[in-house]
Amino acid sequence: MYEIRIHSRGGEGGVTAARLLALAAFRDGKYATACPFYGAERRGAPVVSYVRIDDHPIRVYSQIRNPDLVVVLDTSVMNVVDVFHGLKPGGTILLNATKVRNVPGHRSYAVDLTGIALSLNLVVAGSPILDTPVLGALAKMGIITVDSAKRAIAEMFSDERNVKAAEATYQELVV
Amino acid sequence: MLTVATGNKAVAAAVRELRPAVIAAYPITPQTEIVEQIAEYVTSSELDSRYIPVESEHSAMAACIGASATGFRTFTATSSQGLLYMHEMVNWAAGARLPIVMANVNRSLAPGWNIWAEHTDAFQERDTGWLQVYVSTVQEAYDTTIMAFRIAEHQDVLLPVMVNLDGFLLSHSMQSLETISLGNFVPPIQLPHAIDTANPAGYGMLTGPDDYFKFRWDIERSMRQSVKVIDETEREFARRFGRKYGVAEAYRYQDADVVVIAMGTLGKEAEVAVDILRKEGMKAGSLRIRWLRPFPILDLAGRDLVVIDRDYSFGFGGVIAESMKAKFRVDPYSVIAGLGGQEVTYDDIAGFIRDRKPGEEHWFGVNGNV
Repeated sequence: MYEIRIHSRGGEGGVTAARLLALAAFRDGKYATACPFYGAERRGAPVVSYVRIDDHPIRVYSQIRNPDLVVVLDTSVMNVVDVFHGLKPGGTILLNATKVRNVPGHRSYAVDLTGIALSLNLVVAGSPILDTPVLGALAKMGIITVDSAKRAIAEMFSDERNVKAAEATYQELVV
Repeated sequence: MLTVATGNKAVAAAVRELRPAVIAAYPITPQTEIVEQIAEYVTSSELDSRYIPVESEHSAMAACIGASATGFRTFTATSSQGLLYMHEMVNWAAGARLPIVMANVNRSLAPGWNIWAEHTDAFQERDTGWLQVYVSTVQEAYDTTIMAFRIAEHQDVLLPVMVNLDGFLLSHSMQSLETISLGNFVPPIQLPHAIDTANPAGYGMLTGPDDYFKFRWDIERSMRQSVKVIDETEREFARRFGRKYGVAEAYRYQDADVVVIAMGTLGKEAEVAVDILRKEGMKAGSLRIRWLRPFPILDLAGRDLVVIDRDYSFGFGGVIAESMKAKFRVDPYSVIAGLGGQEVTYDDIAGFIRDRKPGEEHWFGVNGNV
């Protein structure tokens, strides 16, 4: 079972990113669950959501303690949350950032999701959309196929810029 | 069709298939997504129901009662404080023998204010005459909501059914979902005592001491008949659609020396704990209770039992553990865990089983004497 923890702030699309990722994994023929950890819904507060992907039905509902992959959509939460807590040795990190942050013992990736969203004017209520571009990065990292990533986004969003953003991220991320 | 959905959206999708004539609802976290989705179906004409956005849960059930009494199919959904606010009408629905179906997204009761999973909300309605079922996956939420209408409306039952799913853990979890074409699986509703303006009659009148108990016995008689109706409905559902759940779902149970009993999502997570203990050489199994009312008849003889209650009856004990003792003369290790969304992992459950002390009660996370 491959376990992913997504850190973001309320309203930034962390929960939607988790659901898109689960949908894409499902379209790849895997079993997947997306479980948000909700507090009272609070815009701007640090939030966490979880995705599990497996070849077998998933019977676990508790929170992910030792993720294989940590995704940080907003690096400002790193000032208040230990986002790497419990990350498996040799586990993977993906940051929404312009520069890769080296973390000893882990593979680390970075891609400027905010910049890609802004370049496509993919903005809602003044905030750049991060949940669709991040799927392109996860496809590049081999978590899901790029076809399923695009299909999942198209199933949930009619605005074609969302798929374009994922394609742009797929091109931009260096692995 | 194969898709993915949250537990909430699965319930809404099932309701869309059943096409209730009237849906009356009031939003409450974590149930809101159900009634929002149904409202969207109505707005987009995917569902031709009369949707009544009422001012309270009491009114939601009252509206369902009024509509159901005229012989039409009705649905509502609620949670926690909303269910308690509805309590008077919940009793009325069962007493008036109206086959209303309600989804309840299980959530703790305030104070302290807490929106997370717990079963005490629905357990406080367990003596009302409603049938109650608890589900553990998105698919099961969908399938069970469909079966609930057929069971409620069966002429041998004619009692309301409450479908329970764990707040957030299931209501907001996204999993795969196979939606089905119902065909004639649920026949059109026929209420023998429907209000008929051509043949006026009074219902809910004063009922004296010579008669009241007969109506109470009739509820119990139907509750007992519902055991057979549930079984028939499950068999027919399995025959047509290929999935069967049972009154309780047994896992690695046949040769188990020790069995952990739980409900909802904890019942599923317990299966993972069973697998861990089996690898360690312990003959463990699990039993996930689905139907609370009617309470299942279980063969528990000769096994050590660990019962996890995500509920509590103050001054008494865990409701499931105490029910097991009363019904089956067993002496389980009673674990109170998961209250108000308290995190309980499969490792924790494996620990409960390893450290079991038959006859004792253990509050998970609480130190000291209990």
